[in-house]
Parts: sequence; C-alpha cells; structure tokens
Amino acid sequence: MASRARASATERLRELGAVLRLSEAEAAELGQADPGDDQTMIMNMGPQHPSTHGVLRLMLEMEGETVLRTKPIIGYLHTGMEKTGEDLTFLQGPTNVTRMDYASPLFSELAFSLTTEKLLGIEVPPRAVWIRMLMSELNRLSSHLLFMATNGMDLGAVSMMIYGWREREETLRILEKITGLRMNHNYIRPGGVAADLPDGWRDDVLHLLDLIPPRLEEYDTLMTGQPIWRERLQGVGVITTEECLALGTTGPILRSTGYAWDLRRDLPYLAYDEVDFDVVIGTYGDCFDRYAIRLNEIRESIRIIHQVLDKMPLGDYRIQDKKVTPPPRARIDESMEALIHHFKIFTEGFKVPEGEAYVAVESPRGELGCYIVSDGSSKPYRMHIRGPSFVNLQTLPHMMRGGLLADAVAIISSVDPIMGEVDR
Amino acid sequence: MADADDTTADETASDEVVAEPERLHGALVTSGPDGLVVLHPSRDELVAVVTALGEDGFHQCLDVTGVDYLRHPGRAELPDEITPERFEVVVHLMSHAERRRIRLRVQVPADDATVPSLFDLHPGVEAMERETFDMFGIVFDGHPDLTRILMPEEWVGHPLRKDYAIGAIPVQFKGAPAAR
Repeated sequence: MASRARASATERLRELGAVLRLSEAEAAELGQADPGDDQTMIMNMGPQHPSTHGVLRLMLEMEGETVLRTKPIIGYLHTGMEKTGEDLTFLQGPTNVTRMDYASPLFSELAFSLTTEKLLGIEVPPRAVWIRMLMSELNRLSSHLLFMATNGMDLGAVSMMIYGWREREETLRILEKITGLRMNHNYIRPGGVAADLPDGWRDDVLHLLDLIPPRLEEYDTLMTGQPIWRERLQGVGVITTEECLALGTTGPILRSTGYAWDLRRDLPYLAYDEVDFDVVIGTYGDCFDRYAIRLNEIRESIRIIHQVLDKMPLGDYRIQDKKVTPPPRARIDESMEALIHHFKIFTEGFKVPEGEAYVAVESPRGELGCYIVSDGSSKPYRMHIRGPSFVNLQTLPHMMRGGLLADAVAIISSVDPIMGEVDR
Repeated sequence: MADADDTTADETASDEVVAEPERLHGALVTSGPDGLVVLHPSRDELVAVVTALGEDGFHQCLDVTGVDYLRHPGRAELPDEITPERFEVVVHLMSHAERRRIRLRVQVPADDATVPSLFDLHPGVEAMERETFDMFGIVFDGHPDLTRILMPEEWVGHPLRKDYAIGAIPVQFKGAPAAR
C-alpha cells in the first residue's frame, strides 16, 4: 500500500472551521442574545433524540436549515469501565468490558483477553482461536444487521427496522445457545473461551447462513435501488481519506473513502490470515458508501463463517495451564486440591507479569484497542479501552458542515456509534 | 534507523553496539512485552519526535491515554536514563505502510502536569486528550478546547487518579421515607 501524505494544512483548517468550540455557558448566552449581524443559531439535538443512538447530544450552529459547526457532547452514560476494571481481577475483566459495546460485546472481551494473554505470554489452543473467530464474525453479523435496522429507522424506512431486528434476533439466538446470554456474554476469557461449542451448533450456524443471504437480497430490493433511499444518502456526509487519517478514524468510515485498511487482513490476529475474504471499500466516503460497506461486510462475514465451519479443529477450548485455567468440574468432586485451586482462581485470580501491552482488534466500528498496565498483581493496574465509536464521533462535525439538519440524522446513523463505548 | 548520538561508551562491555542505548529521533528505545517499539521522549521532545515519526510514515495517531503510577510498586521496564514520574502519557501511532504500531511513553511530573498537545499534528487526538485531562488532570498545552468530556463541567477531581476513591459519591435518596 502506498503511504499516504499526512493531512494537509487545508484539511486542518477545515477541521478548525467545523468544530464548535463553545462551552455550554457560552452557547446558552449566544442562544439568548440577539443574533445581530451573524444570523446563526445554536440548536441542541438530543440527548434523547431517537436517532442519536443513545444519549448523545449535539450542539449545532445553524444558519437557517444549514449546519455550520457541530459539537458532540458525550458523557451522559459515563460508566467508569476503566476505573472499575482496575478493581476487578483479570478473570473478571471480560465481565466488565463486555458491557461497554452492547451491540458487539464479544469484541471487547476479545481485545481484553488478547492483551492479557500477551502479558502472560501464553498462546491459546487452535480450537479456542477458531471458536473466537466464529463468535467474532457472528457478532459482526448481528452488529451490522442492527446497523441496517437503525439506519432504516432513522431515515423512515420502518419495515427495514423490523427486518433488521428479525435477522439480528436469529443471530442472537445462536449466540445465546453458545454463550448462555444474548448480550454481555463473558464468553471469551483470558486463556480461551468459557465453554466448548454446544451440541448441534454446526446445524444452527448453517441454518443461519442459509437464512441470511436471501434476506440480504430483500434488503437490496427494498433499500439499495430505491430512489428515496439513494437521495437521502448519496453525497451526504462526505469525508476524505486524509481527514479520516488525521482524525484517527478507523473501520467502515475509513474504508468508505476507498482506503482499504482492515486489521483482520493487514495486521492479522487470531487466524484471519488462514481464511479468504475481501476488504470492502467505498468510493465517495458518503453515507451511502457506509451503508453499502456494512451490507457487503455481512456477506464477507458469511464467507468467513463458512470457512470457519470447514476448518474448525478439535481439541481444547481453553489453555491447559493450571495458572490461568480452573480445573474441570468433574475433578473438583474427587480432589481437594482441585477444589482449592478452583477457589483460589476465582477469588484471588491469577498473577500477570509486570509490563504493559496494547492489542487491537477490528470491531464492526473500527479499531478496538485495549491497553493494560500490569504491576504483577492479579488486577490490571490500569486498563484503557480505545473505543472506536469514541474516536469516530469526531468525524461528525466534518461530515455535517454545510449539510441540512435532516442530513444530520443520516450522518449520525452512518457513523453507527454505540454510546456505551463512547462513554466507557 | 537508530542514530547513536550518545557518545559515552560503556567500558565494561566489549561489544559497543550493545552498550550504546538505542535511540530513534533522539528518544530512547525499548521494547514492550507486546513486541512494540517503545519510545521514551521527554515532554519537550514529544512534538518533534511525533513530527519526525510522521515523516517516517507513522501518520495515524490511534490512541492517547494516561497512566497514574502513584501506587505502582516498581518501574522495571523504564530505561535507566528516564526518571520515573507519577503520570505518564501513552501515545500509540500507526504506520499503515509498514503495518506496525509504535508506542510513546512520556513521563509527566505531578507538580507540573503539562504536556504539549499533539492537536496540530493529529487533530484526532482532540477527544482523547480531553479525556486524559478529564480523567487524570494532565493539561495538554495547545489544545483548542481543553474542557471536561466525560464528567460534568462542574465536577471536582479526576476520577482515574489512584488517590481518587471508588464509590466516593453519596447515594442519593438513600434512606428516604418509603411510600407506604
């Protein structure tokens, strides 16, 4: 890949012009005062607007119907995941981080577990790796289907919303069968996964893979070729590659500008270098490209899952390292040592060598990174999650500048932010 | 890539390549447990090092965060020449052409918790630096809008500091008379 020039001065100037940098007090003053010579108005959108995907508030500087500057205001949901994570052991960590991104919880668990494993210097068995891949792709499927639903809802295509939820429910049913929960799974843990795949999982997944593609064709018929849909999305919220790189944006937003960057292919983790798939890219960097990318990524995920089904190896689903893995349930009944060992692991946790590590995975929203500093104890000294939604939200002012208020709804929707991850 | 401008040779070591501390753009280089190259620039060098790295192809800043080392027992992984301070600002840069990341760790003393902002080089650090300011109280010099981002504007204290207790917020309406 050719190395791209860094953001030019023009891009930075455009950046400075798009972001509203007023405190709330200043904005309130401006809102009350006589507009005078500048005919602009500060308008608040949210924090409970249905199309803000949760508690996101936008301060918009409007000139008539046109958005000039935007300030996204977050923090209404601040859950303190990072502070809480410092008080939980490494074994309890996934329980915490999984609550962050409630549309794709398995990716948070995966990033946390991979970072912990990096610090421990352990490698999980092949079956665990492939189970993790299967779960990631199923979760990407459900997350993108949720995007299809909410994107349709935001733009008034209510039948799309119903269809998206319907297919997502099918995916969640499989996740529930495997992990026991529809969301907040706590399934991927340091050292492997919590349990082996249940009986009949292959049939369920195959059934899902047969079910989804015809439904995607329905979406295509319903949405992709529809003139109103295209009118609402094409050319709206345009962003360039340079801006995306300067703003640290990753995931479908970066790919929609025609820049093929996908961690699964470019910095492979798990066994993504052993499966065959395409990185979907757009051309114009507008809302329609972002919609089309997610639609086609569902197809790519289905391709990956088919290969995972073919290649799923047998063996252990978690590492047979007594340090991090509790003994099997049957052993506890017959051995006092196993009971003590089990008790120690779940009360005290396991010690992780001192050091710091950063590992990132490609979540449906972009690079989800986890940075852990360990002081040698059983709890992370510092746990930081680089949430893709948090960083991607900064593209909103640039995409909205010069657009209409009605476009704002389409643009927020195309960023697909999950507020739990923004205010982690 | 490492230009050895530190000329003090270690007499005890026979191999001088080992004795010279490795440097990249003037910053000491170590290796992290996750295999990443870690740079340890001082606060004054930070902007110059990130600029030079940008010319090397590290053109995307993916993460800026802070760490409070108040209660950390020891800091074994720091090179000898670096004085450990209470705070540390950690920056992750990415080179798409080389397909690798690099980590920068900047020591920030508690009595003068100020770091130059990277906003002019990477506008995307705006939210991340605001978050670090909000959570740790580290001031980013040159940031255009350094206000709280996750906590309310009138909040007192910086929650991710190690001397900020968990559960210090009194529970509202606790013990309120029941309806019946």
